[in-house]
Amino acid sequence: MSSHAATAHERPRPRRGARDGRGGRLAADRRLGYALVAPVVLLLLAVTAYPLGYNLWNSFHSVNLSEAGSAQSFVGLDNYTKMFGSSVWVSSLERTLAFTAVSVAIETAIALGLALMLHRRFRGRGLLRAAVLIPWAVPTVVSATLWKTMFDSRTGFVDYLLGNVGLPGAHTTWLAGIWTSWAAVFVADAWKNVPFMAIILLAGLQVIPDEVYEAARIDGASSWQSFRRMTLPLLKPALAVALIFRTLQAFLVFDVIYIMTGGGPGVSTETLSFLNWQTFLVGTDFGYGGAISVMLVAMALAIAAVYVRVLRPETS
Amino acid sequence: MSSRAVRAPGAAASRTVRPHPGAPLSWRRVRKRAWSVGFYLLVLIVIFVALFPFYWILRTSLSTNADIARGTEATGLAPSHLSTNAYSQDFSQQHFLTPLINSAIVALVATAITVVVATMAGYALARLSIRGAGAILGFILLAGFFPVLAMVGPLFLLLRDLGLLDSIYPLILAYLVYTLPIATWLLRNFFAQIPRELEEAALVDGATRLQALRKVVVPVALPGVFTAAILSFILAWNDFTFAVSFLETPGNFTAPLAIVNLGQSQFQVFYNRIDAAVVIITIPIALLVLFAQRRIVAGLTAGSFR
Repeated sequence: MSSHAATAHERPRPRRGARDGRGGRLAADRRLGYALVAPVVLLLLAVTAYPLGYNLWNSFHSVNLSEAGSAQSFVGLDNYTKMFGSSVWVSSLERTLAFTAVSVAIETAIALGLALMLHRRFRGRGLLRAAVLIPWAVPTVVSATLWKTMFDSRTGFVDYLLGNVGLPGAHTTWLAGIWTSWAAVFVADAWKNVPFMAIILLAGLQVIPDEVYEAARIDGASSWQSFRRMTLPLLKPALAVALIFRTLQAFLVFDVIYIMTGGGPGVSTETLSFLNWQTFLVGTDFGYGGAISVMLVAMALAIAAVYVRVLRPETS
Repeated sequence: MSSRAVRAPGAAASRTVRPHPGAPLSWRRVRKRAWSVGFYLLVLIVIFVALFPFYWILRTSLSTNADIARGTEATGLAPSHLSTNAYSQDFSQQHFLTPLINSAIVALVATAITVVVATMAGYALARLSIRGAGAILGFILLAGFFPVLAMVGPLFLLLRDLGLLDSIYPLILAYLVYTLPIATWLLRNFFAQIPRELEEAALVDGATRLQALRKVVVPVALPGVFTAAILSFILAWNDFTFAVSFLETPGNFTAPLAIVNLGQSQFQVFYNRIDAAVVIITIPIALLVLFAQRRIVAGLTAGSFR
């Protein structure tokens, strides 16, 4: 019945379109457009909005698989008060923020240098680009186990190198200490992720017209001056993109930690994502884990919101 | 800017003034030479840092158990005996082939779905002037930032209720969160660059939109589609988080998950066996990068901003 009404409603439109030739095509295009976009939207809703909703529901309930037979009772904000009052959660938040700040700052500086190198025309640029791209493309499992091997005190390379160069630290069992564990995690993480930032920054450098540099040179600017006054400001959009991609990635760090340290020694390298994983899969507490997830999403969205504002997708 | 008009004569002038006649080893030239030596030194250091670890795992994977136990101090930078024992043990005792096949299936199917779905959406977002295209693109971008760990709990419960835990197939759906956002953005930007006249001609000739897309636009956009496929494959092949959360039996593991559980005995970590597996799963990725580095670079940048 209703479909009949719909077709009756629709009828005048193609005729109007037929008269001026474009309107009909436009309406038909639009309908086709929605049909073509629907799968990607539905699939992404299924893997993001659905889990978010489920987490939200769980976070207000007691959902613990280890408590056999217990009904999923409504517990109000209990999971959230538990979380904000938990020293474990607070300290893993602090660790996560500290790791994010340190790794993003250092990696941005290195990536900028790397991008400037890749931007120069020189023999061997292709080799450098490929060499840098492979660490990015390789699975995190590879970068993590590879650096675990490198840092191993017996069969590794780092201690051997330090010993032969005569630097201190030649007999460090890296993954046994708190700070040395963080150092190892940072190196593995930076080795894999700096290339991505560098590629984004390189693209930013490539859209800066040569005229800008020429003009700066004519005006007698030194290369440092032209970098600071011309390159950096013009690089801002790319820098923002790279920064926020990287910030989110560092903020959500999980697999390097899992593989290299397992959160240890003790709990000293546990990050928010790691704590969330443990709550879900070791503690099987999906109510409390849901609360942690909801907070994780909220914080990640806050970071991403900045990104979207910077980007503003242009609709042609 | 006004500098544009000045550029050509200015550049020419500065180039002709530079050389100092009668000063064969001027300070400027020494500095320039030193600078370029320093630059190449830096390039070498970067290449070393990027690639030496790969030599190290190759070396470790080819070492005997005895050399691993003796340690680097005793063996030095190269193993005393080359041995492929670790590789054969990985395959014969640890059945590493099964996880490799699992990974290949999951990554390839996820890539295929991504390419089809993202091509359709990318075309619609670039060409079919749908309302809310900006909002849809924004949502897709945000989905790409969604914390993976926040998906793990609910998906675990869902798969448990459906009896699908410990199966590789649900991973395909989960992997779309890695692949779809970047692939859709990349293809949308790619389609936007193809001249409209191309399909208009086909449309005038009486083809439908879908026919024009399939017969005219996609063939032209093939490099973009190919790039989306490569990136999707890399991202799906690399997953660890979902695999470690949903899979239980070694026979169902993906390769990255299998590696973490490999070569661990109660008393010793057999780095040679672990690293042999690491070498094996690195090879397809390294080959992809070597053959398609230009595309990957273009794809990463097109997918992330512009």
